[in-house]
Amino acid sequence: MKRWERGEVTDVMERTGARAERDPGTTTDIIVPARHPGRWLAAAVIIVLCASFAHSVASNPGYQWNVVWQYLTYHTVLMGLGWTLALTASSMFIGIGLGIVAALMRQSSNPILSVVAAAYIWLFRGAPLMVQLIFWYNLAALYPTIDIGLPFLPPLVSLSTNEVITPLVAALLGLGLNEGAYMAEIVRSGLLSVDSGQREAAQSLGMSPAYTLRRIILPQALRVIVPPTGNEVIGMLKATSLVSILAFSDLLYSVQGIYGRTFQTIPLLIVATIWYLVASTLLSLVQQYLERRYGRGHVRSPNDGLSLLLAPLRSALFRGGLGK
Amino acid sequence: MTFLAPPMVEIHNLSKRFGDIEVLSDINLKVGTGEVCCLIGPSGAGKSTLIRCINYLEKVNAGTIHVNGHLVGYRRKNGRLHELTGREAARSREDTAMVFQHFNLFPHMTVLENITDAPIHVKRERRASAEAHAQALLERVGLTSKASAYPRELSGGQKQRVAIARALAVRPKLLLFDEPTSALDPELVSEVLEVMRDLAREGQTMIVVTHEMGFAREVADKVAFMDQGRIVEYGSAAEVLTRPRFDRTRDFLARVLRSHVPEAVGIGHHPA
Repeated sequence: MKRWERGEVTDVMERTGARAERDPGTTTDIIVPARHPGRWLAAAVIIVLCASFAHSVASNPGYQWNVVWQYLTYHTVLMGLGWTLALTASSMFIGIGLGIVAALMRQSSNPILSVVAAAYIWLFRGAPLMVQLIFWYNLAALYPTIDIGLPFLPPLVSLSTNEVITPLVAALLGLGLNEGAYMAEIVRSGLLSVDSGQREAAQSLGMSPAYTLRRIILPQALRVIVPPTGNEVIGMLKATSLVSILAFSDLLYSVQGIYGRTFQTIPLLIVATIWYLVASTLLSLVQQYLERRYGRGHVRSPNDGLSLLLAPLRSALFRGGLGK
Repeated sequence: MTFLAPPMVEIHNLSKRFGDIEVLSDINLKVGTGEVCCLIGPSGAGKSTLIRCINYLEKVNAGTIHVNGHLVGYRRKNGRLHELTGREAARSREDTAMVFQHFNLFPHMTVLENITDAPIHVKRERRASAEAHAQALLERVGLTSKASAYPRELSGGQKQRVAIARALAVRPKLLLFDEPTSALDPELVSEVLEVMRDLAREGQTMIVVTHEMGFAREVADKVAFMDQGRIVEYGSAAEVLTRPRFDRTRDFLARVLRSHVPEAVGIGHHPA
């Protein structure tokens, strides 16, 4: 909204400036805005390049746009999309939960808790996600059975690892544990951002440490935690495509299954791309809304060209739909 | 004299170190019920650390502090002092409340929520009675119209008055002030001191770390001058501030009084 208002202000200034030029009574000096020939040249080159790309997209039969439209709402594709979204949501849920626990452990004055949390973050953030996914999927090679019971005693329950670790479980473990390590650092930075005086004030009023955390510290930490968490969700949406290597029927695996039979590789990858873009666009709108909500008074308004172009659209959207 | 009532605060041989630096050494202090005690002295003297110890925001290295007869931060058992856990320490703070230099209001809560949160969730008061009490306290600090405002909408002086109301809401027997006017614009100082003066008149026991010599002279029953982690001089306000026995106190007072504008130094003269 501010950007738009600023846009209007500039307009007014330009108009008065223009009037000043015509009216010699107001000022004696004529103001000529700075010229930017370089910008015009760059814009012209880029427009030509974009036009030729658009032409090839429209005219190259390899895109097979009719096939794209045919498969866009195909049952298997939509099922894959559903699994991708479900996997994104549940992995984020696990990741956020683990992240909060790991961040609190990391801050603990108990050295064992703190070291274990640091080691978890180091390991699961350091190893590539793809490797972690394949590792979990092949857990049976390391532990043929999963035994539940007291340590060093015969197990009460013994399960076959191959039966427990389905592609879904391997995907949730891989994505969730990896995400937890990233979320831990995000949550920790949020907790550290809250002034120590807040904890002291709560203590001096007789609040217990747990109540202080829940009621005083966490709500304030959210302002710092929410925006990067939105990024993580969008990152997770795309990272779920890696689980196609576990033969998990997500969006990418579904279109792979189709083009494996029909050899229409490019149009089906376009189908997947369209759905990933739709989902990440919707998520980034939600993220922008949350950022505004929790970052009030802290987010600087960008004044790049795209932001200025989109400002009226966005302000209308947030005022009408998602905003208060 | 204060011998009739047991002292509200009793500190014996208190020492506190940060690493190798001894910030408090061998502090002994008694503050009677209903008394106002001002801690004065140069910065780095240990005044703030001392009242933070009284509220158990800092752990001590030696010595004991009793508030209202209760040992602060420890439980005595079989001749040993057992450190309290976070939960127990929280319960043990119930006789004390503190007002901070930087207010430390909770920015995500309204003024009313700031004041009622601890009474409702810590002291288990009913919401209705806690809110009625909060309204009465807001009236006392002159901010009835600000109940639904957020801290960021208040001036510094208003924030500090809300902080005082919040501290009073838990009905403390002892109220600690850590340089309550040091972060305020000069013209806002008097509105906070006015509230504190009223509290003193009503018999609230207070320990105040302050650089406001006029306030100390007018309101304090006792003044302790601290320097380099020790209480150099302790006595009635008149004794310490007008007839100091030690050169260090005299030097300090001379320096402070010279640097202040006349109105802030004179007895009871604060710009309204």
